[in-house]
Amino acid sequence: MIRRPLRPLARVLRARDEGGNPDAIAAENLRLRHEEMRDRARARAEGRLLVLGFFFFVAFLTIGVRMGALAATEAEEPRAVANGNPIINQRSDIVDRNGRVLATNLDTHALYAQPQQMIDPAHAAVELARIFPELDAEELLEDFTGNRRFLWIRRQISPEQMQQVHDIGDPGLLFGPREMRLYPNGPIASHILGGASYGREGVDSAEVIGVAGVERYFDAWLRDPANEGQALELSIDLTVQAAMEEVLAGGMTLMEAKGATAIIMDVHTGEIVAMASLPDFDPNDRPRPLTEGDQSDSPIFNRAVQGVYELGSVFKIFAVAQAMELGLVNAQTLIDTRGPMTWGRFRIRDFHDYGPQLTVTDVIVESSNIGTSRIALMIGAPRQREFLGSLGFLEPTQVEMVEAPTGQPLLPQQWSEISLMTISYGHGLSASPLHLAQAYASLLNGGHRVRATLVRQDGPQEGERVVSEEVSAAARSMLRQVVTRGTASFAEVPGYEVGGKTGTADKPRPTGGYYTDRTISTFAGVFPAHDPQYVVILSLDEPQQFVAGENRRTAGWTAVPVAAELIRRTAPLMGLRPEIATLDPTGVTQTASH
Amino acid sequence: MRGLLYVLTAVCVVALGFWAYQENYRTQGAIREVRSLNARIGAAHARLNVLSAEWAYLNRPDRLRELADANFDRLGLLPLTPEAFGHPQDIAMPLPPIPELGPIMDPVEISAGQRGPNGEEPL
Repeated sequence: MIRRPLRPLARVLRARDEGGNPDAIAAENLRLRHEEMRDRARARAEGRLLVLGFFFFVAFLTIGVRMGALAATEAEEPRAVANGNPIINQRSDIVDRNGRVLATNLDTHALYAQPQQMIDPAHAAVELARIFPELDAEELLEDFTGNRRFLWIRRQISPEQMQQVHDIGDPGLLFGPREMRLYPNGPIASHILGGASYGREGVDSAEVIGVAGVERYFDAWLRDPANEGQALELSIDLTVQAAMEEVLAGGMTLMEAKGATAIIMDVHTGEIVAMASLPDFDPNDRPRPLTEGDQSDSPIFNRAVQGVYELGSVFKIFAVAQAMELGLVNAQTLIDTRGPMTWGRFRIRDFHDYGPQLTVTDVIVESSNIGTSRIALMIGAPRQREFLGSLGFLEPTQVEMVEAPTGQPLLPQQWSEISLMTISYGHGLSASPLHLAQAYASLLNGGHRVRATLVRQDGPQEGERVVSEEVSAAARSMLRQVVTRGTASFAEVPGYEVGGKTGTADKPRPTGGYYTDRTISTFAGVFPAHDPQYVVILSLDEPQQFVAGENRRTAGWTAVPVAAELIRRTAPLMGLRPEIATLDPTGVTQTASH
Repeated sequence: MRGLLYVLTAVCVVALGFWAYQENYRTQGAIREVRSLNARIGAAHARLNVLSAEWAYLNRPDRLRELADANFDRLGLLPLTPEAFGHPQDIAMPLPPIPELGPIMDPVEISAGQRGPNGEEPL
């Protein structure tokens, strides 16, 4: 570029000749040069701005187009990359402890109609009513010819039904893919599994959500794609569960009971190996809750977890174990059992008169209410409350079911001395059978607290200590003697050394007081007594049996024989081989001295 | 010299372009194959799922119990009870083999009413 001189000689000379000022020429030229520089700078800046603007335009355009595309297109199922699991189920399976399927998914279809696309609505309505008998042809025709644009006809159809609908050949009848939750074992473990139903529904897919039981409790986990289809392993053993339900159903019929429940629990791990409540239901077709009447009469009511009952004499072992733990008594201490025992306006009676005195062991073996009450009086209400709290009786169980918080134990408003005494033999405090299973496991496994769980565990729970090893062994020995020479003699199963306690509690009337002819009969046991592995709880609601000339409702005649059959059937399934009982299986240890 | 360099560069560019073209099509082919494999794996999963559901349904305890009852004549299946456990001592083990006798090395002949080879009396 040619730089223009500020003072060109020719012009300067000419200006001098004409008497002008050469400086003006210089100033003029300087101004021109500055203007030129300014114009150049502006052009460059404008060019840069243009480029920058172009980039911004392109960037915003890209983002806008992408957003528009995302908003406008149908959501597509994410297709995992090649190294992952390409297609995973929407909802994980649930399996038992041996990997047998308890709940899985099945691909099926839903049927819907778009009446505007229909060619012959009348024919389609008639044919649909023929395929699905519960549909009404006239109603369908009304829907098809009205001004509806979309209509669900069936949530789930089988492949055969789908083919039949195809054969109608109407383009207005369309299918949407569905995943259906399937419980292949039918009613087995129905209360534990709960059930599932559809949440938000679209044409191309529908959410499957759990409605009760573990399905609901683990809903978020089961639906989490991060699990890559890994199954939820429960602690249940399907074979044991099936055998238990069979025995329980038989026992319930035989004893004319209106309901029954049973639990088998591992004493060390707290795993529930089997848990049943009858009457039950099919989770594939879960019934609706009752809209009127007592919810506990509904088949979906889980007696083992939700039902809180006064469980009766099965509680006696807690008072005795606590007294031994505190060093107040030992197994041979004599307890005054003269009756009836009067306390204020209350009278405590025994089933029979057991004479003036019994040893602590015999108080349990003979199931003396008076003896237990006297032991409870030695303990005192605050300590009893604390001990029962340490066994888990003051709060709902923490088992992994959505119903667990509803099993809130009913405690006395005021833990007075009369409450102290009645609770010691199992009245005045209502708890669920699962509470009882937990407490028996904690007391008898050597004294470590266990919490019930439905999820498979790898090792024993090392909970806090509830009682000492010696007290636990002494309690087991007493329970063993209840079976060998006490109220639970029908519970003897050769080879398994069953120990346990019966409990018969009169049912409370809704209006107050107690029925005289309705009972809850419970057996709570442990086997084998010398090396405890499993706790079994079995409870019958309003049983009765006509034996030897009278109607018998006590647990010894009703719950105990059923429990014995249950142990006989299930113990071999759990891999316990029968042992020839030693002559002196019950090593009674002195736990405290005065 | 410079001309040769230009020619070589141009040949290089053409060769690289050809190679990139090839790679591009091979990559697209691989992606297509992965997609079809994924679809097949998905279908296999779905089939596996149906089969396992069916297996579980056919092996449900209620049905097995009914089948065991229906075929009791032939199979004689009973629920497992404690009596099914045995003791190793109760098993009828095969008897230990009788040790074989070797050939008779030094026979003593005994006979009545005859003299022996050396004329002695029989015992």
